[in-house]
Amino acid sequence: MPSLKALKVRINSVTSTQKITSAMKMVAAAKLRRAQEAAEAARPYASRMDHLLESLAGGFKGGEGAPPLLAGTGAEQNHLIVACTADRGLCGGFNGSIIREVRKMARELGEEGKAVIILCVGRKGRDALKRDFSDAISGEILGLGRQSLSYSDAVEVSDKIIGMFEAGDFDVCTLVFNRFKSAMTQIVTRRQLIPFAMPASEDGTDDKKTQTTQLSGAFIFEPEEGEILEQLLPRNIETQVFQALIENNASEQGARMTAMDSATRNAGDMLDDLTLTYNRTRQATITKELIEIISGAEAL
Amino acid sequence: MADVVEFELITPAKLLLAEPVEMVVIPGSEGDFGVLPGHAPLISAVRPGTVDIYRGGKVGGRIFVAGGFAEVSPDGCVLLAEEAVAVADIDRPRTEQRLDAARQSLDGAEAGSEEAKTAERRLKVAEAMLAAVEGAAKGREIR
Repeated sequence: MPSLKALKVRINSVTSTQKITSAMKMVAAAKLRRAQEAAEAARPYASRMDHLLESLAGGFKGGEGAPPLLAGTGAEQNHLIVACTADRGLCGGFNGSIIREVRKMARELGEEGKAVIILCVGRKGRDALKRDFSDAISGEILGLGRQSLSYSDAVEVSDKIIGMFEAGDFDVCTLVFNRFKSAMTQIVTRRQLIPFAMPASEDGTDDKKTQTTQLSGAFIFEPEEGEILEQLLPRNIETQVFQALIENNASEQGARMTAMDSATRNAGDMLDDLTLTYNRTRQATITKELIEIISGAEAL
Repeated sequence: MADVVEFELITPAKLLLAEPVEMVVIPGSEGDFGVLPGHAPLISAVRPGTVDIYRGGKVGGRIFVAGGFAEVSPDGCVLLAEEAVAVADIDRPRTEQRLDAARQSLDGAEAGSEEAKTAERRLKVAEAMLAAVEGAAKGREIR
């Protein structure tokens, strides 16, 4: 049985841990509200952008002269995976699930004999992936959105992606991030950026979309189709990256809030147990002392 | 034929406006165009300028957009703007500052470089923004 003093020390240390985790939970909850609002507010833009691009791309399907950002380079040999993680830990399975997905994907592609390079956005992803794929990591962007995430952060990332694409470093680019569903659930999502592909719709309510797509041939373009595409494609990549980052940010706060909530609860349970043991031990010591005194008196 | 257009104005940050309107006039890259109900499907680039929203036969809202794209489909009109501010909310001194900053960075940048292009774009946005404010001020005097 541990001594009274050891128990007291342990109780103190668990109490201060609990204070920290509950403070972190509060902070995450406050940040989550804002991040969630931002993520949800940004969704219409990204989905409309996709929609618009799809209407435009319709005219180029299988046609010649489509810009490479839309149609790809024609090859599928070199893949770029953009792993979006957080800069900080202590947020449950948030970083882990992205890293696992990136590993899985890299392995699958490796088995198919394709070359994989990885661009790490966020410190945690870089640290974890460096162990297995140190050769594949071609770049890293850290410390994004430390204050608040802005569109220019996304521009920085997408400029890098487009630069690498123009340099011929890869043929296919995929973004891996956590889509925010609720504070409890985040969905690890793969999103192909280059060549352009419509994301698989989550729900079956996209009838309106398919209908307009069929009409795409009838659109008037101002200026010409190719010119619009040239402006729109980089813009779309920025937008999709921004959406990924902002969703990721909300997911991170959600995951951290949940993780810290359960940590606080666990610390509470632990404190109850420890306090019980502490009191029992104290009681036992008192009883033992009493017995010693009484039996000492009787022996006289 | 419906007598209203479902107009949506969306910026990267949020859905700014989604409502039925009588007509919108959008500053397209090839010239301003008005969207009335039953407009032919159109996709256009948008230059920095003012969007006029018509409600009840007159301009019910003037919003400055810093470029973007517009899509007119049978479902309505969607304007994806890079940045959007109601003209009435534009802060004139700050816009002038922005214009100066853009001019300076354009002077500092090497001609033809990527920076110069960005600066030039920023300059155009700031100029259009100032023009929007001035236009609004003039409009008020006439009325």
